[in-house]
Amino acid sequence: MTDFLQLFFSGLATGGIYALAALGFTLLWQASGTINFAQGEFVMLPAFGMLAFAAFGAPMLLSFVLTCAVAVALLGWGFKRGIVDPLLRFGMMPIVVATIGLAIAMRNGVRAGYSAEAHPFPSLFADRLFNVAGVTITLADLGTLAVALLLVLGTQAFLAKTVTGRAMQAVAQNTESATVLGINVPRMIFYTFAINALLACAAALLVTPVYLAKFDMGESLGTKAFFAAIIGGFNNSRGALLGGLIVGVCENLAAAYISPTYKDAVALVIFMLVILFKPQGLLGKKVERKV
Amino acid sequence: MKKRSFLATALSLACLSVAAGAQAQAIKLAGLYELSGAGASAGTNFKNGVELAVKEINANGGILGRKIEHSISDTQSNPGVAKGLTSKAVDDGVFAIFGPVFSGSIMVSMAESRRAEVPNFVGGEAAAITKQGNPYVFRTSFTQETAMPKVARYIANGLKAKTVAVIFVNNDFGKGGRDAITKALEAVGVKVAADISTDSGQVDFSAPVLKAKQSNADAIFVYTNEEESARALRELRKQGVSKPIVGETTLTGQKVIELAGDAANGAVAHVGLTVDAPNPLMLKFKAKYYQEWKSISDHNGIKGYTGVYLLKAAIEKAGKLDRAAVTKALHGLEVKVAKEPGVLMDVSMDANGDLDRESFLVEVKDGKQVVKEVLPALARKS
Repeated sequence: MTDFLQLFFSGLATGGIYALAALGFTLLWQASGTINFAQGEFVMLPAFGMLAFAAFGAPMLLSFVLTCAVAVALLGWGFKRGIVDPLLRFGMMPIVVATIGLAIAMRNGVRAGYSAEAHPFPSLFADRLFNVAGVTITLADLGTLAVALLLVLGTQAFLAKTVTGRAMQAVAQNTESATVLGINVPRMIFYTFAINALLACAAALLVTPVYLAKFDMGESLGTKAFFAAIIGGFNNSRGALLGGLIVGVCENLAAAYISPTYKDAVALVIFMLVILFKPQGLLGKKVERKV
Repeated sequence: MKKRSFLATALSLACLSVAAGAQAQAIKLAGLYELSGAGASAGTNFKNGVELAVKEINANGGILGRKIEHSISDTQSNPGVAKGLTSKAVDDGVFAIFGPVFSGSIMVSMAESRRAEVPNFVGGEAAAITKQGNPYVFRTSFTQETAMPKVARYIANGLKAKTVAVIFVNNDFGKGGRDAITKALEAVGVKVAADISTDSGQVDFSAPVLKAKQSNADAIFVYTNEEESARALRELRKQGVSKPIVGETTLTGQKVIELAGDAANGAVAHVGLTVDAPNPLMLKFKAKYYQEWKSISDHNGIKGYTGVYLLKAAIEKAGKLDRAAVTKALHGLEVKVAKEPGVLMDVSMDANGDLDRESFLVEVKDGKQVVKEVLPALARKS
């Protein structure tokens, strides 16, 4: 039983990170009908951003804030104006292909321009262990899970409770009526991209100490997050959280109880089952788009 | 007709002399390294070592008065790419090939250098590499079959362990090491309590470490590549494993220590090469490498560096730039540091292309490799 719990908790922490990236998927999809297959690279780039600022002597927190600013400009505004806006009118396929291309470009850009080696990344949390009933949990695991939960729930609260959040929902549900109501539609859509960029930065901060900063770290992360988003429900941000946690935990359990070789297949199997039996996702509803 | 054949002869003679002229200018070395992908740490270090040696040799007048020209390509840690690059190097008419470093790539690429009869210095440690009867492949480090008995002896006598959990990476390097350690442990009467396979590039080690813990073995032997070793060490620490952690070479590598941080402390490994060896030449190499690359070399850096000097010693022994003569000179070559300080330690090469020299038992203390013991070179079997 302790073994099971040990794997369960390790899985929750990993799942929390998947959830952050998955949330970005659902947000972008709902706000603008964009599927961003460069989501994993959107996490990788801020990790190197933080390392770069840290190399100039900035403390951890400051480099995080600076990276967030750069990410909102580059991965939020730049991505929207440079790729999504010009391509979206041609349908979804061009965007999918363009983001796949973007992912490859980002990976190889970092590999060629910075380094192909893995770099250590300072952990946000102190190196402390807790031993609860035979299960060892690190402060980093707990912290990662807590921060991820807070961010996901915070984003939800923002969308449900604030005027801006509600305006964003209105835009997602019916762009035309939103325009009539005097909502600045392009700005609301930009906000979604900005939130996505910020979530990616937060994910980078949490995931990189474990994954190590490396040009290809986003590859598996992006795929897992995509599966998690589908499993949870593409039109529900709570679904992203659930999907992320499910993928994280099941992977770990499968690695221990079935075989490590099949670990990466687990997410795919759950993904297929969900698609077959509940295509809208576990928490998804067959309703209009909703942020 | 006669005139034409004369012309043809003249032309081909001219071509030959141009080719000869080009060769007189430089000794071409092709370097094929893992500069990206899973082997990036190992490949980059190896490349840096080779480059440093080439730079030094060229600054000192080259080999037999000829400069070395070193071209670098990236195998992307992909055996297919490594094979392609090797045949390209052969087509370019290089004198010798350095790399790849990963055993899986070498197993595929060395067929190309063998076919073209080009000496190939490799960084791999899998036992199978020199067991194919390929006379053109030369190691720059120990084979697992030389190293593992030393590890097993330490586990049995030093740690007095009765059972060991073996965590290995499921590639040619890892499987070779696991087979070699299993055999070596058997020979000293230690039981393998758990045989745990992991993936190359695996991120989460909670499951394998848990399995090792469950086996309740007296010691844990970890044999994975650099990044995975760091992750395994972190997870071992996280799950509060207090059993001795033993490895071979990679486990206590510089990059692993850098990536694993505190979690690396206490890990013990047998290493064929370490920059922290109690040896003035090695310390000098460490400083030179640091000055050139602003990082501390791991064993792969030393492998690349000494590999070039081995080639130099062989060419000088052969006395001419002839591949067959140099290959012959390499087999059974003995190099003393007194004569060629670039090899850093007295070394001998046997007829299979395997190396023999002193080796070390190191422990990581406060983020540094500390040499616990110097193990003598195996008596050379003829």
